[in-house]
Amino acid sequence: MVNARTVRRLVSALALVAASAALPLRTAEALEIQRVVSPGGIEAWLVEDHKVPVIAVEFSFAGGASADPADKSGLANLTSDLLDEGAGDLDSQAYAKRLQDDASSVLFQVGPDTLYGGLRTLSEHQDSAWELMALALARPRFDADAVERVRAAVISEIRQSDSDPSKVARKAFYAQIFAGHPYSRDELGSVDSVSRLTADDLRGYVAANFCRDRLLVSVTGDIAPSALAPALDRLFGALPTSCPPLVVAETEPQHSGETLVMRRPMTQSILLLGEPGVKRADPDWFPAYVMNYVLGGGGFSSRLTEEVREKRGLTYGVYSYLYPYDRAALIIVNGSTKNAKAGEALALIKSEWARMAAGGITEKELADAKTYLTGSFPLQFSSSSATARLVLQVRRDNLGIDYLNRRNGLIEAVTLADVARVAKRLLDPAKFTTLVLGQPEGVATTP
Amino acid sequence: MSDSLLRLGIKRGCLVAAFALTLATTALPPSPAVAKGVYFPESFTLANGLQVVVVTNRRVPVVSHMLWYKVGGYDCPPTKSGIAHFLEHLMFKGTPSVGPGDFSKIVARNGGRDNAFTSFDYTAYFQNVARDRLELVMGMEADRMVNLRLTDALVYPERDVVMEERRQRTDDLPGDRLSEQLEATVFVNHPYGTPVIGWEHEIKGLTREDAEAFYRTWYAPNNAILVVSGDIDAAELRPLAEKTYGAIPARAVPERLRFEVPALTAERRIILHDSEIREPSVVREVLAPSYTHGDSDQAYALEVLTEIMSGGPTGRLNRSLVVDQRIAVSAGLSYNPTTRGAATLEVQATPVPGGEIGKTELALTAEIDTLLKDGVTDEEVATAKKRMLAAAVYARDSLQGPAYAIGMALATGRTIDDIESWPDRIAAVTTTAVNAAARAVLGAQGGVTGQLLPADATTAKGE
Repeated sequence: MVNARTVRRLVSALALVAASAALPLRTAEALEIQRVVSPGGIEAWLVEDHKVPVIAVEFSFAGGASADPADKSGLANLTSDLLDEGAGDLDSQAYAKRLQDDASSVLFQVGPDTLYGGLRTLSEHQDSAWELMALALARPRFDADAVERVRAAVISEIRQSDSDPSKVARKAFYAQIFAGHPYSRDELGSVDSVSRLTADDLRGYVAANFCRDRLLVSVTGDIAPSALAPALDRLFGALPTSCPPLVVAETEPQHSGETLVMRRPMTQSILLLGEPGVKRADPDWFPAYVMNYVLGGGGFSSRLTEEVREKRGLTYGVYSYLYPYDRAALIIVNGSTKNAKAGEALALIKSEWARMAAGGITEKELADAKTYLTGSFPLQFSSSSATARLVLQVRRDNLGIDYLNRRNGLIEAVTLADVARVAKRLLDPAKFTTLVLGQPEGVATTP
Repeated sequence: MSDSLLRLGIKRGCLVAAFALTLATTALPPSPAVAKGVYFPESFTLANGLQVVVVTNRRVPVVSHMLWYKVGGYDCPPTKSGIAHFLEHLMFKGTPSVGPGDFSKIVARNGGRDNAFTSFDYTAYFQNVARDRLELVMGMEADRMVNLRLTDALVYPERDVVMEERRQRTDDLPGDRLSEQLEATVFVNHPYGTPVIGWEHEIKGLTREDAEAFYRTWYAPNNAILVVSGDIDAAELRPLAEKTYGAIPARAVPERLRFEVPALTAERRIILHDSEIREPSVVREVLAPSYTHGDSDQAYALEVLTEIMSGGPTGRLNRSLVVDQRIAVSAGLSYNPTTRGAATLEVQATPVPGGEIGKTELALTAEIDTLLKDGVTDEEVATAKKRMLAAAVYARDSLQGPAYAIGMALATGRTIDDIESWPDRIAAVTTTAVNAAARAVLGAQGGVTGQLLPADATTAKGE
């Protein structure tokens, strides 16, 4: 009934081209990125869009949690949490009130290699927003009462994360796979280290990291280049030109086939497996990206979901990820299953790993991966902030201002042989570092 | 209450983010500059009763296609808790035209992303795709509205998946176990007291026949709402809707039962101790009117109250408990009026590390007592309204946000006029109305207080 015939026709045609042209495809004029340079020399990449009166600014300073001194873990995170807790002549409440009255928001966030900042404002309140963000970067107050309040919140967050099994598992996994390197530490730091941080430490962090040679900026929304240029100087012009170079070592994730079982009273076992992956700049990035989609990145289109969830009902979700750091690269698998099935699920994951390493993917899998990965790209431009973040990532990864237009071509160019080569190079189930949290059956810690 | 269950779960971060955004946008519509309207949707109804809504956003050539059924956890028959959610999983198991498990693969192969979620009041299915693939997904969604084919071999492994979903999302998370039991205590004699995913012992007994019966009873065009947002308008959508969904005949669908929570005047306390809890927390929940249940005029006043009490760092609860008294690391009030049945209003706090839960609860109670005694000021109301109306512009800066917000509203009994007149309704809220609503809801007897405590902590009475 209904239009079952239409459906069947489309399905059997693999629907690369929709059967009816009732809604013609618009030539996907790719987003145009403009390079804007301020009078003071600050560069931003702008996607101008006046449809909604909103402006989103996203920026980053290189040097995230991994650059925290060994005895001061959690420094970047505590600093980022305090930047919007009072600046210039405004104390914490006065600063927050100004933002809230304008319906503007600022956000700072720390990753392993980067401190990210974000600003979202209505175009009518942009002047006030530039002023507030500039104050947070150049003149944060770090008042004693704010430092103590935010310190308590971070310590509470660290302790609360001990009650969340997935966070407990992740923390233990990174500690194990990056043992001896700053990437092994949790970005929040430990209760101990956070307790010892001082306001001088926070000021030292700002002085050592907030410089123009660490800064990248992208902007999306209701602003013309001519208005953005002077705004960039208001936002970032007060920053020093350069900071001392970052000293974080390159590292190779552990890959000696070690398994660690952490006992915890739970109904499920959480499984985390990892081994060295590819960095973003690796020439094999896109072959690895396509391989990962087929292996475990593609939800219901992935082999892991098919084998572990669809065929056997062992899990609600099992996924693989490429996780490129600036100074290391991982490929990770994450899933959970009831304790009695932990050994079986692990064996299935490893067998899919071995199958991929030995045989790569099929022609149909390659074609399906390409149509998804290219076709879904525009879905990522879902809001002003999302678009600005994407453009910032292009800058972080040094991909070039024309990258958004080249990106789908790079995926189309991936061949079966490319995927087979990268699978063989990367995947070795005997070398996984494995962490299991729960009361698993059929898995034991390696001696 | 708006406890929605995504089929794929938390690991598809984009979905969770999209949903969180919608919850925010539900409360935050339009620009004060644009005096009327929020999303400016177009709407029409097919001859078979399917309501269709379109929100145009031509930023990129993509669309979000969402089909909402007006059925959910609320409508599960006795002893069959979880059947609405289980059916949502099974809707991906195929028809004579689309093979088992192929639905999502076909969407992906066409560069799209799909998923589904179940709440108490509704079940929704969506695909985000390039606009030239819209007809394909509309055809497939219409197909599974009437042609679902289930076999035991497809159904029972999926029931195991749902059990894993329950373990992952509730059983191993002490805070979520407390929430589940808190709702069960608040919603006496009411389906909102039963988790959408179902109780473990009842999920285990769900059968293929149960799912088929539920499907035949509730899935019909006249019990659904289609919302499409993105690079499309009503004139472009109508012929596609006629061609796909329009071919399905209307069918009699039962009236949904009306359950009401009886007047319960006893204060109730529930305590969950767990060996994995390091930091205690306290929450108090009371029943409240929603946009469509009880004194719905109060819903708008309660939204303004929420902004005053809990809007950002300057909200009263944060300012008092976290900044001034330094007794809590977080304190807030939350309220979601987009429910078909009674809504709830919650206040919560987490003590500073090493702080006593009893003292924190007393401070929270004292803040509420002050509110009830002295009320809010004209200035607080004016500031809150101004912020809410200004922030509403962000609601349109999103592909899927408008489709979520409109689907949720219509599926819980609101109209497009209700949604679009939100700015006027907020602008009309008076100080007197906020104080009256606060007293009616927070001053009433019969709330439930829940404490989440470490295994060895002694129960701390807040009063």
